[in-house]
Amino acid sequence: MNFISPLRSVAGWLEARTGLASAVTPAMTHPVPRRTASWWYVFGSATLALFALQIATGICLALVYVPAADQAYQSLQYLNDQAVFGAYLRAVHFWGSNAMVLVMTLHMIQVFLFGAYKYPRELTWIAGVFMLLCTLGMAFTGQILRWDQDAYWGLGIGASIAARAPVVGSMLVHVLLGGPIIAGRTLSRFFALHVFVVPGILIALTGLHVWLVLRLGVNEWPMPGRLVDRQTYRARYEADVHRDGVPFFPVAARKDMVGMGVAILAVLACAAIFGPNGPHGVPDPTITDASPRPDFYFLSVFALLALLPPWTETFILLVAMPLAIVLLLAVPLFAGTGEKSWRRRPVAVLSVLVILLTVTTLAALGVRSPWSPVMDAGTALATPAAYVQSRSPLQLQGALVVQNKQCRNCHSLGGEGGARGPALDGVATRLTRDQLIRQVLQGGGNMPAYGKNLTPAEVNALVAFLETLRPSNQSPARTPVTARPVARAE
Amino acid sequence: MCANHDVLPPTRRGFLFTVGVALSALAATLAGIPIIGYLFGPVRGRAGQAWIKLGSVASFPEGQTRLATYDNPFRVAWDGPTARIACWVRHVGGDRFQVFAINCAHLGCPVRWFAQSRLFMCPCHGGAYYEDGSRASGPPPRGLFEYEYQIREGQLWVRGGQLPTLAGPV
Repeated sequence: MNFISPLRSVAGWLEARTGLASAVTPAMTHPVPRRTASWWYVFGSATLALFALQIATGICLALVYVPAADQAYQSLQYLNDQAVFGAYLRAVHFWGSNAMVLVMTLHMIQVFLFGAYKYPRELTWIAGVFMLLCTLGMAFTGQILRWDQDAYWGLGIGASIAARAPVVGSMLVHVLLGGPIIAGRTLSRFFALHVFVVPGILIALTGLHVWLVLRLGVNEWPMPGRLVDRQTYRARYEADVHRDGVPFFPVAARKDMVGMGVAILAVLACAAIFGPNGPHGVPDPTITDASPRPDFYFLSVFALLALLPPWTETFILLVAMPLAIVLLLAVPLFAGTGEKSWRRRPVAVLSVLVILLTVTTLAALGVRSPWSPVMDAGTALATPAAYVQSRSPLQLQGALVVQNKQCRNCHSLGGEGGARGPALDGVATRLTRDQLIRQVLQGGGNMPAYGKNLTPAEVNALVAFLETLRPSNQSPARTPVTARPVARAE
Repeated sequence: MCANHDVLPPTRRGFLFTVGVALSALAATLAGIPIIGYLFGPVRGRAGQAWIKLGSVASFPEGQTRLATYDNPFRVAWDGPTARIACWVRHVGGDRFQVFAINCAHLGCPVRWFAQSRLFMCPCHGGAYYEDGSRASGPPPRGLFEYEYQIREGQLWVRGGQLPTLAGPV
């Protein structure tokens, strides 16, 4: 009693001047459709909570981080090793960014499957797509601020993609890098993008997005057969909400608050368990044993760039991907009315499944990256003992050639080595001696030709060794006997 | 309604409104020109290149391919480790050299030289090149980017300074 009445009078004093409570209360307690107080509707608010966490931790990191190419790396090490809670805040910012991309994607899938982008919420969707693009932009620029080898070569990849644009390619590269090459001005540019430009746009879009949700109402739970019609939708929605609505606060907001709490706690837990990411190696481009890898949000693109037929790459990067974004933006414009329920929208459900499967499969391949040679196979991997037992001196010479000529950068032996080419175990069951020689000398099927790089004696030994690589219970490959052509009756 | 009455007849208020719009547009243009110019300031053509000394010809034995490093000729004081640039120098024989950019022609990752198999391999997407820089396999659309070079007084010089890409080789 003693505490509450002075607080009330302070609140009353403030309210008399600001009028904030009377402005905000109607928005907080506006009626929403009863069934939208559902766990399916929590992803948007959880994304917002994660964004707030990113802003808070980001500002903290900016208090120490030096956005200069000669000191950024050391300032990150200082954050990791010396600043109180520095490593933890870096970890929260990193895991928070992962969570934000993930939860935002869940929100988008839910909104898509529930038909929430349809009339009159088209602009809410379009703003949302731009928010997704901004968030991915934050992810990319944030990865650059880590200013390690991955950041340096990631910039190289970004610039090389930009360079493929016809006519303006070179100009784009220079504008992107802030100069002719990746250097100090590049980091300053990406710092400005990451802390001023993109967050500014993202905050403005978030304002617009939330304003639209308040103005147009939370999308009702879609009922199969209840079609969206531009003439009748709004009146029907208003009538339904006034007949059977519940106040957003506290009825629907309860689950939102739980969702926000769980999202933040999950990030805090991941940060505590797994810690910060990097910085990995000094961004010195003269260190050539770098194997750059992107963060998880771009692993699928990384995989795509390795697996696409080379002649399609420029088209897919510069035409198909921007078209896909335009298509995503245009979804509410060509499918803005009609059925909302996912139960009656098989194409929508299948699209989500196909896109999810494609992206996750590509990302999983990106983690393994079987197309990348194992760069140290020639020195780091021993030839398995079983493959050198009971071999003739010539065959042992061949085993040495396999080892020394770095064949295992691309071919595995005994399960160890690269996966770019086929495993060598059992190669003798697939290729005859002549075919082996031809393959080694001329290459082909994505294998370089070794004709100029091996002496005839080396080729002879190598093939003698390769011929021994087959299980004892399988016969060696044989040249197919060409059947005599049968004369056909005309 | 009121606005129409205010704007239509040539009044002092209408004139002031027009002046206000015109002044704001002028101010926005004048402020915008240096901003746009500043943002596009880094765009350079051939001016983004300079001759760089890599070292004496004797330090590159004939028939071998070696890593050479140089300082970016357009470096600024705060470039730190990124001011260092690497390239692969192949001494073909006599005065004939090939100097390759370290950046893969596919997407710019650092290619590594394997002297035993006489191949350059890229760790990112698996591009491979022969010792003369020509494409051997993988996604690269062309061979390695090659620097223009000169030999002056026993020293090997290359012309470089920009990130080699498909739009602007070194």
